[in-house]
This record gives sequence, C-alpha cells and structure tokens, in this order.
Amino acid sequence: MSDIQFAPCRNGRALLMKDVPELLFPEFQDEILQAVNSGKRLACLCADAELRLFAVLADDPAGALWIGRTRLDHPHYPSLTPHCPQAHLFERELAEQFGIVPEKHPWFKPVRYHASWVEGRDAWQRTGPIEPGVTDFFRVEGEEVHEVAVGPVHAGVIEPGHFRFQCHGETVFHLEIALGYQHRGIERAMLGGPHPLSLKFAETVAGDTTLGHGWAYCQLLEGLAGIEVPPRSQWVRGIALELERCANHTGDLGALAGDAGFLPTASFCGRIRGDWLNLTAELCGSRLGRDLLRPGGLRVDLEPEVAKMLTSRLAQIWGDTQNAIELLWGAASVLNRFEAAGFVDPIQAREVGLVGVPARACGIEQDVRKDHPFGPYAEHPVALGLAQSGNVHSRAWVRWRELQASHAFLAEAFEALADSATDPKPTGTMALAPESLCVSLTEGWRGEILHLAVTDASGRFARYKIVDPSFHNWFGLALALRGEQISDFPLCNKSFNLSYCGHDL
Amino acid sequence: MIHILLSRWRQGHRTLPYPKTIPVLPGRFRGLPRIDAQACPEVCHVCAEACPTEAIELGPTGPDIDLGKCLFCDLCVEACPKGAIAFTRDHRLSTRDRDHLVLAPDQELQLAEKLNAELMRLFGRSLKIRVVSAGGCNGCEVDVNVLGTLAWDLGRFGIQYVAAPRHADAVLVCGPVTANMELALRKTYAAVPDPKIVIAVGACAISGGPYYRQEEQLGGASSVVPVDLFIPGCPPHPLTILDGLLRLLGKLEQEGRITSVKA
Repeated sequence: MSDIQFAPCRNGRALLMKDVPELLFPEFQDEILQAVNSGKRLACLCADAELRLFAVLADDPAGALWIGRTRLDHPHYPSLTPHCPQAHLFERELAEQFGIVPEKHPWFKPVRYHASWVEGRDAWQRTGPIEPGVTDFFRVEGEEVHEVAVGPVHAGVIEPGHFRFQCHGETVFHLEIALGYQHRGIERAMLGGPHPLSLKFAETVAGDTTLGHGWAYCQLLEGLAGIEVPPRSQWVRGIALELERCANHTGDLGALAGDAGFLPTASFCGRIRGDWLNLTAELCGSRLGRDLLRPGGLRVDLEPEVAKMLTSRLAQIWGDTQNAIELLWGAASVLNRFEAAGFVDPIQAREVGLVGVPARACGIEQDVRKDHPFGPYAEHPVALGLAQSGNVHSRAWVRWRELQASHAFLAEAFEALADSATDPKPTGTMALAPESLCVSLTEGWRGEILHLAVTDASGRFARYKIVDPSFHNWFGLALALRGEQISDFPLCNKSFNLSYCGHDL
Repeated sequence: MIHILLSRWRQGHRTLPYPKTIPVLPGRFRGLPRIDAQACPEVCHVCAEACPTEAIELGPTGPDIDLGKCLFCDLCVEACPKGAIAFTRDHRLSTRDRDHLVLAPDQELQLAEKLNAELMRLFGRSLKIRVVSAGGCNGCEVDVNVLGTLAWDLGRFGIQYVAAPRHADAVLVCGPVTANMELALRKTYAAVPDPKIVIAVGACAISGGPYYRQEEQLGGASSVVPVDLFIPGCPPHPLTILDGLLRLLGKLEQEGRITSVKA
C-alpha cells in the first residue's frame, strides 16, 4: 500500500479517532480491495449503528496493521464480497447487526439469527419472529443426490450447530453450516462498558479460550488507558496462554486419534489434557484460567515457589504428552487416514482468509505472536508451527509442532520466574481515552483473536467488536469437505475443532 | 505394536481412586463460599456491590450468597474490608432445590438428596444422560466431557452420556438457554421417555450466569424444563459435577466416601 490512506496502527496501541481519516466509501472500498489483492488480509470489517464502517488490514509478513473508516449515507453499499471473499461473513454480520445491506452479496443470509440492533431496520425486511437455521440452504438437485441434515443438537457433548450436506452417495458435494444457536449477545452487552462483567464476557466468548480472549480484552483496555504491564506479569500471561494451547492441542490430537480409531493416543491424551488444565488451575484456581488476568496485570501472580513446583510437574506432563503423541506418527493406519482426508487448497485458504492452525497447515506463515508480537513474545519468541499439505495430517502436525514450541517457552519461563520477585497487583480503575480506537490481537490456540473498541466522548465503549478465529475458519471446514466422504466429516471437523460460541458471541 | 505396549506400560493405570479418596485439588481452588457473620460488619454493602452478577443480597442475618448466580470470581473476597468472605476448598455444591443454593451466613448447604425410591429403582444402577449445550461458553461442556475420560471413568458408576434422547434417562443442560436453543431443548426433553430427570450444570444453566441480563437468553434451564439437580460453578470442577451426579444416585454413602471435607 504505497499511497496509503488507512492509518497505521500497532497491536494494543490506541489511536485517536481524529487520526484515522474518514474516507469516502469508494476510497475505503478501493483501499481494502487493493490491499487484499496484494496479499494483505482483511482481519476485521464491522459497522456501528451510526452507519460507520471500520476495517482492519494486516500485512503479516511485514508485521503491519492498518485501520480505516468510512461513513455511509444510506444503509446500503455495493458488497465487497464478489471481489474479496474474505469479506463475505463480515458483510453478512454487519447486515444482521445494523440492517446495512451489502448489495449484490452472493451469499446473503443471516449469521446468528437475531433481530437487528437498530429497531425497524432489518436487512431482510423480516417482521415476525426469527427462527434459527431457517434460511434458503444451497441445494444440489439431481438423480441420486440426497441431503443430510445434522443438528443443532449433536450426538456427543458438543455445542449446537446445523449442518447440511449435499451428497451423491458417500461423496459430499457441498456442506453448508448454519450457526447462531449459542448467540447470547456478548458484543451488544459490551456497549457502554467497561462494566464489572466486561472481563467475564471476554473470558466466556469461548470458554476453552478464556486466556486468549481475556488477554485480548485486557490488552485493549491497557492500550486505551495508556498503561504498561510489567514484563514479569506479561510472562505469566504468556505461560497461561501457552498452557491453554497445550491443553487444547493435546486434547485435539487425542480426539483426532480417536476419530481415526487409534485408541491408545486417544485415551492417553484425554487424561493428559486434564493434567495441562490442572497446571493452569495451579496458577489461578480455575482449570480454564478464569480470573487470572486483570487489566493492568494479573489478579493472582505466579510466585517463585509455585513456578519452581510447576517446573517439575511440567517435565512429567511433557514426558507423557510426547510419549502419547509420538505413537501417532509411527502408526501407518493413522497416517493413512490423516493424509487422505480434509484437503484445503492453500490458494483458497488465502482467498477466504483462514487464520491459525488451518492456515499454517497450508504453509501460510502467520502467527500473531511472531507478526504482531504482544506480551512477552517479542523478547521470548516461539517457533512457528508449519506444514504444507493442507490436509488433516498437516493440521495435526502443526498442533504437534506448536506443542513442542510451547513446551520450550514454558520450560524457559518457569525457570526464569522461579528466581524473580512478583509484580505489585494492579489497583484502581482505568480511565480510557475518549474518542479513540484500539485493535488488540492475540494468538489463541485456534488462531488469531481480534478485539476492537471504539470509545465515545466519555471513554465508554461505543462499539466493541470481537473476531474469534472460528469466524474466519468455519468456511474452511466447508471447503475441506468438498469431494470427501461424508463418513470423514468427524475427522475433518475435529482437525479444525472450531468454536460455536466464539462464532455466535 | 511394541511402542504401543511400551507406552501403555509408561502411562500406567491413571483412573482416580475417587470416591475412596478425594483427588488433590489445586492450591487456589475456590469451592463453597463462606461468610463469617461475626466478622461481617453491619450495614455494609461492599460485597453486594462488588458482585458482578448480583449473587449477594443482604438478608436478615447478613449477606446471603446465591450459589446459582455466583461465578466464584473472588471479587467479593477482595472487596470485603473485614475479610469476612472466603472460598473454602469444599467441592460439594449440588442441591435438589433451587432455593437451597441461597446461603445465609454460617448456614450449612443442604446437599442434594438421592432420587425417590421409584427413580432409584430405575436409574440407581444405570443412568443414561443426553447433554444439551444451550448457549454459554462451552466451559461447562469441557468439564462435563472430562468425566468420560479414563481419569474419571464415569462408566464405572453406571453413568453414561448417550447420543440420542430416546436412549436417555436424563437431560443435562449447560448454558443459559439462548432464545435460539429453546425449541431444540424442548424437543430434546420431549423425546426422552418418561420418567426423566433434568440436571442443570453451571451458573448459566441455573440462573443465566454472566449473561443474566441479556434478552438473547432465557435465564437458565428451569425457564424451559423442570430441573431436578443444580450443580453450581463457572464452570464447576469435574469433581463437583461428579459429586452431584453420585449424590443424586445415592452412591456416595454406599461406597464409603468420607462424609466431611476439611475447609
């Protein structure tokens, strides 16, 4: 972007609204399309009730972020999606939230099945009650073509979602995913905040990603209040985030083994995942890392003696983890299944803007910890997990590489923190900069987490936008199923393991 | 094959000895909250004001804590100028009655009683559970799911999660019941053969949890179906969930579990 009109910004640093020029819509549109055409990524596109649109662009290899805005005169504009598939779900979302119609959107359906935030302005002119999952699903017609509908309630202990498979015999031509069953109004609840519950809302965007989202929220507040978090506290946050990653990656690799019918790793990992969660519980009392973070620092610090105790527990758990997971790579039956299923074309992965594990499994070198470092990661980088094939095996392999990298980080951090004194606890309330904007990114175990806040004249949230990595990646799962056997859906699904509640908010 | 056998040897037998002994809980575990009425100053609302979910209300003998609303977040403990509130290490929190979850200072929690004789005859040795995730954050599901792993091995108590409501004796609900899940929950409940029981797991399923003010949700499972067992927490520890299930089935006394837990 040579002649750039968007404002450059940094992860977790606030900008005054007046420093982000309000572009005319055609300029705003051109800027996004040009950026995406030249390989940059649309990390966020959102609107507010005053018909303002905000966009965040990321150039990951260059470690750069830009933010831009425009204001519409009318609640409609020409859709970006025909030229930029990355915009497709963002445009459906802003239509649903604010009744703004992206004209000629090729896949114009609700996202979460809720009423518009603006009374009397509905993008689909709906007047009656809104029923979840009731929409015009794409249908393949033809002899011997059949449709399989699954959900919202699934067969296991799983969150709700509705899946429609268009099949010809065993082969899936197309999968459409309708979500929104977990929609509980988190973004709307954030308005006017920060409130006493705001941190809790962030922690429960996706309960298995309490630390990823909780940290994104804290970093956003710290950016808007101009507060620096002490380096040791940042390191403790890093420990917690990597423990969260280890627990979930271990669980996922076990579940993948289970779906491939390889029971040793499946049963070992189910237990070891709990061991990782129990380490997090030693930090703060909660296995999911609830109430560990606090804007400005930590609610409870990691004392040197606890760090010392955790060093030996880490060694034990890591030995078990390594032992359980390495079995996978020596089992021909597992490798066969993993390599033959769930291929996503790396070109399509870029086009639709995949993030996190599925993106890195397509050879896309993208990780917030490396590209837009936050917390301790600039000083203590973690190795990037990468694979090239875009299939289930690659997504499993990326998780394994990331587990190894996280373990190295944790071992170093525990050792260092065993000899250093804790930071003072953050106290007092924070005054947020009025009329400002802040973008906060973290790398949760699923991928990039983005929180964006716009403050009003009194420093309250006028808009709070949350993008869970699942929001980018659900469409990737649909792509992975094309041409696959329907019986491979569980394996493919598990290789993504996306969040329903993180998507539904 | 030899690698698998060697791993099996290394990983060993890891099913917890519970309920013969209580597993070691983390040092900072927050279980049953206790308010010390002696230490609690009169006409002080600080804890109630600090509580983000209005779980604390001033009753006749001091602050009452509603465990069904409590997120176990520690804000009241930090706020209390006299240190009169503390979270004990007692993991046992489940009740049969919603009202029993509201605890006055120094009041004992009336833990869940076992099912009546007829239901015990039917379910006492085999309880099949259909889990419905109805809003919420997937945190409770994580700790419900974990009971199925070999560490907890739920099956040894005759309890099993099943894939269809037709195979189930009970519906276990997580989440505040979003408007978008109401119909699915009603249909699942209707599809379970009579007699049936409902278990609400977590603050969301009991009271709406952190989302209690949101109009996108209904305020918990009992807004839609009659609830027989309430298991508080955000999310409850797996041990808390298992304790609730086993109490419902009257298993704890039978298997000689210790009757009191040190605070």
